[in-house]
Parts: sequence; structure tokens; C-alpha cells
Amino acid sequence: MSGGPRQPDIGARLTFDLGKPGRTACSLPPCDVPEADLPPPSLLRRELNLPELSQVDLVRYFLALSRRNYSVDSGFYPLGSCTMKYNPKVHEKLACLPGFSGLHPLQPLATVQGALALMHDLQRWLADITGLDGVSLAPAAGAQGELTGMLMVKAYLADRGEAGRTRVLVPDSAHGTNPATAAMAGFQVVTVASDSQGNADTQALASALDDGVAALMLTLPNTLGLFDPNIGRIAEMVHRKGALLYGDGANLNALLGRARFGDMGFDVVHLNMHKTFGTPHGGGGPGSGPVVAKGHLTPYLPTPVVAKEGEGFVLATPERSIGRVGAFYGHFGVLVRAYAYLRTLGAEGLRQVSDNAVINANYVLARLRPAYHLPYDRRCMHEVVFSGSRQRAKGVRTLDIAKRLIDYGFHPPTVYFPLIVDEALMIEPTETESKEALDAFCDALLTIDREAEEEPQVVKEAPHTAPIGRLDEATAARRPVLRWRREVGDGS
Amino acid sequence: MSSPADRRYTKEHEWVRADGDIGTVGITDYAQDQLGDIVYVDLPSPGTQLKQFDKLGEIESVKAVSDLYSPVSGEVMEVNQEIMDRPELVNQTPYDEGWLVRVRLANPAELDNLLTAKQYDELIAQAQEP
Repeated sequence: MSGGPRQPDIGARLTFDLGKPGRTACSLPPCDVPEADLPPPSLLRRELNLPELSQVDLVRYFLALSRRNYSVDSGFYPLGSCTMKYNPKVHEKLACLPGFSGLHPLQPLATVQGALALMHDLQRWLADITGLDGVSLAPAAGAQGELTGMLMVKAYLADRGEAGRTRVLVPDSAHGTNPATAAMAGFQVVTVASDSQGNADTQALASALDDGVAALMLTLPNTLGLFDPNIGRIAEMVHRKGALLYGDGANLNALLGRARFGDMGFDVVHLNMHKTFGTPHGGGGPGSGPVVAKGHLTPYLPTPVVAKEGEGFVLATPERSIGRVGAFYGHFGVLVRAYAYLRTLGAEGLRQVSDNAVINANYVLARLRPAYHLPYDRRCMHEVVFSGSRQRAKGVRTLDIAKRLIDYGFHPPTVYFPLIVDEALMIEPTETESKEALDAFCDALLTIDREAEEEPQVVKEAPHTAPIGRLDEATAARRPVLRWRREVGDGS
Repeated sequence: MSSPADRRYTKEHEWVRADGDIGTVGITDYAQDQLGDIVYVDLPSPGTQLKQFDKLGEIESVKAVSDLYSPVSGEVMEVNQEIMDRPELVNQTPYDEGWLVRVRLANPAELDNLLTAKQYDELIAQAQEP
């Protein structure tokens, strides 16, 4: 590496600071149409306060920012609970085929039979994979799928004259969205503790279950990455009390082709296409959270669902539908990617996904267990949750460990979640990583453990190699600076 | 470190110090340490009626948002305005300047439902066992 001077990192500045008055990224031709009248001057700003940059500076600025991006395409991304698997590029290409990407949502149905056939297949496959009966692809993301599912539960109970069931039980090992969903659907949330094995405490559950309970919302495997072996009994307990069992299917990656929600006794489940079925995550593009339900709840599915009529396909509204949850038909482009993912893998491929996801997590568990405290010391599913408590005793917190991982070139795992684990480090390697990638990551965490012992300051001050060092998160949250302001006195 | 003996504690890590029929409520040092840097506290307005062990408000740290539970029943008399601007006070002096609300105790006998400092310290010692 040369020791010469480094170019200033323009990505560390704002476009406002880079510009000079009068510069512009493109010059407009003279106006060749009659000028329209402007609104009265009292309504006009003299100063627009926009950055003024040349095109090349602008391009370099945004390129510099983009090069700071870390994604699963640039490296290992073991963000627990998020299933950051690699998404094959061919599925992007398929979704961009003009026959899919050029569709208009208001086209006559006779001209979009292929798209409807795709949605119909996808509905059928998701029902098969989950062991349930009916599917709506309409919800635009996982959290909306949850809300949809719980509104279906509410409508179903109301129809049966059981609107008096106003409480929803949520184990403390559930996804954080579960209690939020129940509250948003108008239920009162009751938290159920976990037992010492990390399962839902069946005694606590039994005492909380009465005829005021509408549903139990269960994340399976739970956020500890553990499969609850009592699930059959739990389903029975819930049903015996006349309540329904809601499943958070966000961790389906652990079960694909091996176990089905319907067989376990769940009544309604939402899925996260971006987690399990290889569609883009978060900022990468719209989500999709289909809802899958057992027969008694399918009449309540949101509209529309795709149904077969004779040789063709139509959009149907289930008999007791809770209505629309969004415009048109869900995020169709995302559904195409999920369809392609399922077609690529097939039934055997899906089983391999969950096998490898679980094996990879257990490999990480086995390699890190000597150095990191494992509060629930048993075989995990698709993710493993360690506690940084041993390192904390040496003065190094989980946040420091996460920041230090950045220096080793890895995206940190989820930290401080689930809340029931002190100093939690939640690692989900996913099935798409090689043994070498897992080893490199585990080696880094083992090295950091040694550093915590020998040179804790290095860990506590990390990251050292990132373009920006340790952020002051507390001050940023307490006194956020939300907008740029031109400094007073610079003449503008 | 032992917790101040002049007050009572909940299992959820709140404390209440009674002075006549007024109870001052806050969170414990263990709680602030577990939460990490506190960035926001959401508290009820004066006049709100609280029930013992029901939700009092929410506390947000850089890690998570957690519920606060009221150690006693009664009417909220005063909210600590200082911590609205300087939530770090809850981290720095949880037993003193970092108090949350003052409550007119509806039933002082409820204090007997709470843990003593010694009992609370034992609870923390158990929680910290690896």
C-alpha cells in the first residue's frame, strides 16, 4: 500500500458543502414556449437553498456514498431474525421480463391471465408449504400480514358472538411486532413468560388462558432460535379454551419442507417473502407478507384472492372478507421473485434450504460456545442467541463486540434482542453461506473475545477502519439534528 | 452495590420513596445499567390515576423501549421536567435527580406489597448469576 496522501473522502461531507454558487449539473436550453405567469412575488422564495454542484462532483459524491454500502452482495450479513440470505440474480431478471414488469393494474383480466396463473400457483404452494388451506398475497409486508391475520381473527370471533374475547397472549420470546400488532388490532396484550429452557411456559400459559382470550401469537421457532417442542400441547390448550393460534411465520426458513404450521395446530400465519423466499429486503424494495389460514378462517381473507374459474383465473372476494388491505393485488413484482425462487428450488431444494440454515447456525453455535455464554444451551434452529455476559464482566459490552466486527469486515449480528437475553448477540447465518465464510466470521468473534481479555480498549473504541468511527448514539437520539442549515453570515 | 434502604422496590426495577402521603417514583441503578443510555421517557400527565403494578409509561434507551410500571396506586402530582430535556439524569442519578413522577399515595399499605432494599438486592444478585 502506498503511503501517499489520501484523497479527502467526499462522502463524509454534504452536497451543500461541496458546491459553489453558480455551478450546475446540466444546462437547460432556452425556453421555446410562452412563459407562464408566476404566482405573485409574495408567494415566491428568492432563495431556494439548493446545493449547486457540477455533474461530475455529484456523480462522485453519490458513488462515494454507494461504495460505503454494505450488503449481502458484499459480505456476510448474520443479522439475526432478518434472514439475510443471498438472493439469486436470475430471479431479478425474471421479474423484469416485460410481460411482468409492463403490466398495468387496471388491465382487463383477460389480458393478464399469465400473471393471475402465477399468483394462483403461488397461493397453492404457500398453502402446501404451511399445511394450511387459503392464502391472500395482498399484505404489503410482514407487519401488515400480521395485522391482517389478527383482524381476521377478530372478525371470525365477532361472527361467532365472541367479541368479548379481548386479550391476546404473546410470549416474551416473540417478535416485537406481535404485541404491536395485537394492540393495533384493538386487543389487550398479555405477556407470557418463557421457561428456563426458552420455551413458552405452559403453566403461565394455562393460567393466562381463559374465555377472554382471543388468540395466542406464537413465533416459531421463537426469537431465541429455538423450536418449542410443546407446540402440539400448546395448540390443544389454546383451542380447548376457544381461542385461536396465530403463527408468526418470519422464521419459516428453519422449517421449510420439514414441518408445517397447519399440522402443528396453527389457525393463521403470516409469511415474510423477503426472509424466506428470496425477495429483496428493506430498502431494497417493497415487502410482501402473505397471510395463510385454515379453512374456518379463509372466508375472512382480505380481497382479492385469485381463484380458478373454468379454464381461466379471476379475482375473487372471500365470502366474509375483512376487505382490502392495500391498493390492487399486493406487490406483484415481489411475488414474481418468490415464485421464481420456489420454481428454482422445488420441494427437495426447499428442504435443503432449511437443513442448511439449521446446520449453519448449529455450526456457529458449536464454534463459539467455548468463548461466548449460551444462555439456552440446546440445539438451535436457524439462528443462535449468545450472551456477551462473560465479555461484559471484563468491561467489554455486546455493542463493542458488534462494532469491532465491522473492523473485521462483517456486518454485526442483531444485538440486545431478544430482550430476555442479557447482552444478546443474535446470529443468523442463513443457508447461503459456505463453511469458509462461517469460519472466518467465527474466527473474528473468537479473536474479539481474546482482545476483550488482552486489549479491551481496542474493542471498546471500535470501529477503527470504517469511514466513520464510533457514533454517539445517545446524543444523536437525545438531541437529534434533523436538517442542514446554512451557517449564518455567509452572505446568502 | 446495595440499593438505598429508604425506599421500596418492584420486581420490574422501579422504586418508590414515601414522604408522608407523597411517593416519589424512579427506576433502579440496575435498571438504568441494563437499559443503557436513556434517550426518552414518556410519562403520564399530572392528574392521571395510577394503579399499582399497571403501566406507568415508557422508557426508551439506545437499545430498546421498555414499559414502566407503577409501584403504587394514586394520582400523579408532578412529573420530573428536568429529565425531559436531560434524560441522561436517569442514568447518572437514578435514585436522586433522575426520579420520574411524584404520586399522591391512594393506599400507603400497598408499600407492603413491594420488596425491601435487601430483597431487591437478592433479586439482582440472582439475575446476575451467569
